[in-house]
Amino acid sequence: MAKVPVQFTLNGSEKAEFVESGTTLLHALRDKIGDTSPKGGCHQGTCGACSVIIDGELRLSCLTLAETCGGADIRTTAGLAEGGVLHPLQRAFLDGFATQCGFCTPGMIMAAKVLLDHTPNPSREDVVEALSGSICRCTGYEPIIQAVLAAARANSQNAA
Amino acid sequence: MELRKDYFADVRKDGLHEIGQGRPRLDSPGHVTGKTPYFADRNFPGMLHLKMVRSPHHHARIRSIDTSEAEKHPGVVRVLTAKDVPHNVYTILILIQIGPEDETVLADGKVRWKGEAVVAVLAETERAAQEAAAKVKVDYEVLPAVFDMEEALKPGAPLVNEYHGQNYYLYDSGECRKVRFGDVEAGFAQADHILEQSYQSSPIEHAPTETTGCVVAPEGNDRFTCYTNTQAMFFTLDNTSIILQMPGSKLHFVGGTVGGGFGGKVDVIVEPIAILAAKLTGRPVCFIYSREEEMQISSPRAAEKVIIKDGVMKDGRIVARKVTGYTDAGAYSRHSPYGAQKGAAHYPGPYTIPNVWIDTYCVYTNRTPSSAMRGFGVTIGDFALEVQMDKLARLIGMDPLEFRFINAYRDGDMKAHRQPTEGAALIECMQEASRAANWPVAEKYMAMSSYRKGA
Repeated sequence: MAKVPVQFTLNGSEKAEFVESGTTLLHALRDKIGDTSPKGGCHQGTCGACSVIIDGELRLSCLTLAETCGGADIRTTAGLAEGGVLHPLQRAFLDGFATQCGFCTPGMIMAAKVLLDHTPNPSREDVVEALSGSICRCTGYEPIIQAVLAAARANSQNAA
Repeated sequence: MELRKDYFADVRKDGLHEIGQGRPRLDSPGHVTGKTPYFADRNFPGMLHLKMVRSPHHHARIRSIDTSEAEKHPGVVRVLTAKDVPHNVYTILILIQIGPEDETVLADGKVRWKGEAVVAVLAETERAAQEAAAKVKVDYEVLPAVFDMEEALKPGAPLVNEYHGQNYYLYDSGECRKVRFGDVEAGFAQADHILEQSYQSSPIEHAPTETTGCVVAPEGNDRFTCYTNTQAMFFTLDNTSIILQMPGSKLHFVGGTVGGGFGGKVDVIVEPIAILAAKLTGRPVCFIYSREEEMQISSPRAAEKVIIKDGVMKDGRIVARKVTGYTDAGAYSRHSPYGAQKGAAHYPGPYTIPNVWIDTYCVYTNRTPSSAMRGFGVTIGDFALEVQMDKLARLIGMDPLEFRFINAYRDGDMKAHRQPTEGAALIECMQEASRAANWPVAEKYMAMSSYRKGA
């Protein structure tokens, strides 16, 4: 099958790959580039485990074709910590016991990051709405919501 | 809420003081950075993808299987059928004496549930494996099927599983697990009221976010490393060793990281066939359930039916309890004979009743094989028992919580299955619940204790 060249930045570094036409971004990231932080839970856009940030917006990488991502700025949970220092969201998830099996966590953190980027001081309702596309089957939603609110508070304290 | 740390103080020897302290989870740093290695994060050059051809029928004889078109499909490397599996008939708990072996790795001559694995297709890509699987031709003769436990137990019902010879699991105690304690009929004769009720539940899927699967890498020295999300590493090792007729020293399982299990990943389903495929092709193999397979094919919690007959006195004492429990194993045993047995020990509930009679049946039907899930054999029973307790309290006009205090088991009480009660904390738990829920009970119940000095 014909292969298509695709070039984008992933967590700030340039990536170039040849992918079969129709390859999902999830497959390209995990199996070709080796960033396994986005997870495949349903491959049909319903669980949110594959969530990544493309040009600042939250996207389901299992429903995004890699060939449509030319020139894009792609961010994943694997690239969130800087110089070994956890991002405030990662810190808040860790401190707030907001992980159980951990499979939904990278997608949750991506959804939360997009929320905080757009809405630095979200209400609880904003958080619930922002996380509504991510399923936690361990049903640990409450600590996750609290962690996102805690990260927002930590961010605003740092900014002050 | 107050933590009753002193309650077990006299039996504590460990000197630990962790309760009430926050301790970081060791796996959290991996989870929040996306570094935790789940099995599907392993990728090997030349890895093949395995897809199953599954039965579209609930019960059918296989007349013939034609894999020729599938084998010609571009990208297909190998197609496996029952004859390729060294020891094709197995049962997961055989090493703890729950037999007979009753389930095929790949169907041989017959399918007993809709979704049963028949042919395994290995291809260079997932897509090629899927397309080739659709080209496998299986000629079925459809047989009558049975989906209801009581129908399955009637004479003349279609026989689900020939390895059992009847539609129930044969325990050493006979057609069911039995508990006999006191004289249940005498208890009913003495009771002021008798209440008989029937409760039933449907199968429940665990629906983990990470689907069931494994990745196998041949090590080149006739050893195989299998990265798996099994919840039952040693059942997997034992059963794979039996199925592949391969010493355990050739098998290296790497696991422990499970993206949600809830009991749904304790069966040995994907690993033996994936390791066999890696052995026969010499290539790494990946076998991951699709979301559809996870929901339709993986074992659910068993459907159960529980019939409870109780004799109760006007003063609140339950004097007789008779329970008949049915567990729907589906077409194969898996963990269900054990679940039904656990129910037999559990069914009196956390209550001391002088006369108890329990029968629990593990029944075979042409439904998806059921297996473990969070307290299987117990959870549905608890639902039935506690609804029954509320109904009994209403029947005699008593507060439902006070009714439970009257019947609660306490240290030293003999349980129906002849285990003396030790370390019971039901009374204390209910006292806390009474306070927390603002559901007051009479002072005499708040003064009770499970703990009897010298008991």
